[in-house]
Amino acid sequence: MSGYTDEFKKLIKKVEATRAERIEIARKGEHFPALTMDERKRWLDDYHPDYKPDGRRKVLVGPNKGDILPEEVAAVLESKSRLDIKTVNLDNADYETDVLVIGGGGAGTAAALAASNEGQKVILSTKLRHGDSNTVMAEGGIQCADQEADSPYFHYLDVIGGGHFSNSPELVAAMTNDAPLIIHWLEEMGMMLDKLPDGRMKVRHGGGTSRKRMHSAGDMTGAEIMRVVRDESLNRQDSIKVLEFSPAVELLTDKAGTVVGAVLYNLETKEYYVVKAKSVIMATGGFGRLHIQGFPTTNHYGATADGIVMAYRAGVKLQDLDSTQYHPTGAIFPEQNVGLLITEKVRGLGAQLLNIEGEQFCFPLEPRDIESSCIIRECLDKQLGIPTPTGRYGVWLDSPMIDILHGEGTVRKELPAKYIQFKRYDIDISKVPMLVYPTLHYQNGGLAIDDSASTGVKGLFAAGEVSGGVHGRNRLMGNSLLDILVFGRRAGLNAAKAAKKTKKFGVPTLNHIDKVHKELKKAGVKNPMTGPTLLPDYAPEHVQLRRW
Amino acid sequence: MAKTTAKPKVTPKAKVRAKANTKVKVAKKTAKKLIKSVASGDTTIPPKDAKMIPIYIMGKEYEVPETLTVMKAIEYSGYQYTRGCGCRGGICGACATFYRFVGDYKLRAGLACQTVVAEGMIIVQVPFFPANRSVYDIADIDGEPHEELRRLYPEVFKCVGCGTCTRTCPMDIDVMDYIALMKRGDLKGAAHKSFDCVMCGLCTSRCPAQISQFTAAMFVRRLYGKHILPKAEHLEARFKEVSEGKYNKILKKLTKTSQKDVQKLYVEREREPDMAKPGEWMPKDKRQL
Ligand SMILES: Cc1cc2nc3c(=O)[nH]c(=O)nc-3n(C[C@H](O)[C@H](O)[C@H](O)COP(=O)(O)OP(=O)(O)OC[C@H]3O[C@@H](n4cnc5c(N)ncnc54)[C@H](O)[C@@H]3O)c2cc1C
Ligand code: SF4
Ligand code: SF4
Ligand code: FES
Repeated sequence: MSGYTDEFKKLIKKVEATRAERIEIARKGEHFPALTMDERKRWLDDYHPDYKPDGRRKVLVGPNKGDILPEEVAAVLESKSRLDIKTVNLDNADYETDVLVIGGGGAGTAAALAASNEGQKVILSTKLRHGDSNTVMAEGGIQCADQEADSPYFHYLDVIGGGHFSNSPELVAAMTNDAPLIIHWLEEMGMMLDKLPDGRMKVRHGGGTSRKRMHSAGDMTGAEIMRVVRDESLNRQDSIKVLEFSPAVELLTDKAGTVVGAVLYNLETKEYYVVKAKSVIMATGGFGRLHIQGFPTTNHYGATADGIVMAYRAGVKLQDLDSTQYHPTGAIFPEQNVGLLITEKVRGLGAQLLNIEGEQFCFPLEPRDIESSCIIRECLDKQLGIPTPTGRYGVWLDSPMIDILHGEGTVRKELPAKYIQFKRYDIDISKVPMLVYPTLHYQNGGLAIDDSASTGVKGLFAAGEVSGGVHGRNRLMGNSLLDILVFGRRAGLNAAKAAKKTKKFGVPTLNHIDKVHKELKKAGVKNPMTGPTLLPDYAPEHVQLRRW
Repeated sequence: MAKTTAKPKVTPKAKVRAKANTKVKVAKKTAKKLIKSVASGDTTIPPKDAKMIPIYIMGKEYEVPETLTVMKAIEYSGYQYTRGCGCRGGICGACATFYRFVGDYKLRAGLACQTVVAEGMIIVQVPFFPANRSVYDIADIDGEPHEELRRLYPEVFKCVGCGTCTRTCPMDIDVMDYIALMKRGDLKGAAHKSFDCVMCGLCTSRCPAQISQFTAAMFVRRLYGKHILPKAEHLEARFKEVSEGKYNKILKKLTKTSQKDVQKLYVEREREPDMAKPGEWMPKDKRQL
């Protein structure tokens, strides 16, 4: 365990000192008291980043003007375009296409495939490599009601109950209805789904499910989905053209406000490209890399809310964007694992959360948002967190309890990926605890869409994590991978249909940007940042200070 | 803080630390803008007494706190990634990296987001490597799978068994072995053995037989998933039901039901027991199936 500093080793002694007694109590089936409903509410109000008034404010412009949103989100919504409207030349298009897909994750690629199926020409613009996305990172699985004891009816109830009944019913109906079509489609494309020898799907329960319907491909379900859909799109080179490292930076609208294309930015040559399209699909994923209130994130490098910013400027309304899923247990040490997801399973197997004194401070299986609040409270308010050498705080997750409770070797068998991820840094999580802190995991809200994936602004569709409404204010595991493929395909299909009906390309303008800039001025937004963010900059202070 | 060194050499540790400290002080003095130092997001804030070690990014010397990953060390040095960075979690394969240590002949490989820096590391990332890929229609492949592999990827059969790919793979995959299984026609074995591949391309960059192992493996996995793995009959049945619109009405009705009533249905729903075998348990209420 040389992965821990001497300071940590001393503190771990405190954890070990209380462990025997904690194990004994756990064996009796007793646990730390869960919070009362009243306490839950107070804890959330005082400590959960979604509820705490600080770090949140009214957004001053746009279709959701007046809504209270996290500071970081409000700031990007009030950003100015990186394009200088006066010098931009929109007369000649660099590309013309039936359907333009913005974003090369699961949703975007599914959309491209669906539009290509309809015989449409597709351009897929993506910021990084095709497939560098949150989709590849999903480990757990994808839900689908395909067993005899299950049906879309029960899947619907689970989704909407999990979302505290705040979801859009028509979107939930669309998603649960299409799920079997999606898994069938993946099977047809040759995805290696986990199956029993006779071909029956291996299915598991997930948090909040009434039937076992979590499908998986090992512990890299998202990566396998992404590999397969990307591979399929590479087989369609005659109809799908992928432009990597060429993010969209602005939508183009015609005189009437219909979306008729986009401006892309070549990150390497610094050129802009004008793309004219008959339909546009926004599929840029989530906002983890905005690091709301400084939180680390589980998200990939390109998750910077670009699509939200571009579509908002074009007039699309946002839904539930003030609701963010923080996963209570993200790694906070060693530095190289910061933000990494530590699955709920660790607590499910009996590991407890402990403060610097080695004492419990909460019931380890509170709902995600409550659990996060408890940890934040312990660190920030009670100052009983464990400081890390890199200036962060965390609490212990006492993983060695698992082997003691369930027998030697359980950690390695049940949590192989996590075991290896820490072993790399000389930390054996079956012998020593991990340090954790809540991590920004999922953007619950986003662009408002209907069940045809239309945004309400003509010419523009949206699908995936960039959109809102499907999961309401709380998402259950395994429904996001499903959501992105269901609405990705619906977006692709409906964008293709709309494109077929459109005879001529629209005349592109940046009128909507002009309007946004005027509105910013009128609202008194001083020194707006330039958006969309595109790439986070993690240069440390000493470098930034030298960038004169 | 960058210096170009023709010949990278390791600076004695004490000197490195002293140098690092004075540099920070100088920087503070010349500061024009003040940036609040909080551990925010992924920006690294090294501990005060962090040991600074020299590394060589494409031959250029930088001093970074030890314990960082190669990826974070490169960012700590002031680079902002466009290529060579994706998931930051060891699964996308964007950050393929080769490195050597000063004075050591051995060439090593890893993922920048998963490899910890060490003193005297000379680093280059390989954000892209050309690979051969055949175009095919998975639905249309009806020949004998092994023959299809031979048709699309004949070079696989020219592997000389040198083992370089296996030694290079950052996911600890026995690449040579999955290539051998492909040659032998054990596509199931090859599909499973290659399953953890993140398609970083490091194996391909080193293969003396010029094989693009990971694209061939991708084809084999799809071939296996589509044509060898048995189909799920219950899925086929449900697929038909949904295609015929069996659930349209049921779902429509749910969307029109009042929240109070949906809440009631939610609370009353039966839960499949944890230990039930898939396909065996049936709920009491079968009306909505
Ligand atoms: C660690 C982790 C684990 C998860 N586990 C699960 C799970 O087990 N089950 C589940 O259902 N869900 C899970 N999720 C959630 C799920 O993976 C994501 O919500 C989902 O994959 C999002 O898909 P997407 O296509 O909408 O976005 P992404 O997959 O993120 O793709 C968005 C794409 O758009 C690109 N892009 C961004 N900006 C621009 C721009 N300006 N121009 C062009 N392109 C741009 C990005 O580079 C990226 O390629 C997990 C998420 C994470 C991070
Ligand atoms: S098999 Fe090759 S491409 Fe795949 S992870 Fe290993 S080295 Fe990278
Ligand atoms: S590097 Fe190439 S030739 Fe050598 S074992 Fe691997 S596939 Fe065969
Ligand atoms: S950044 Fe994805 S594997 Fe390293």
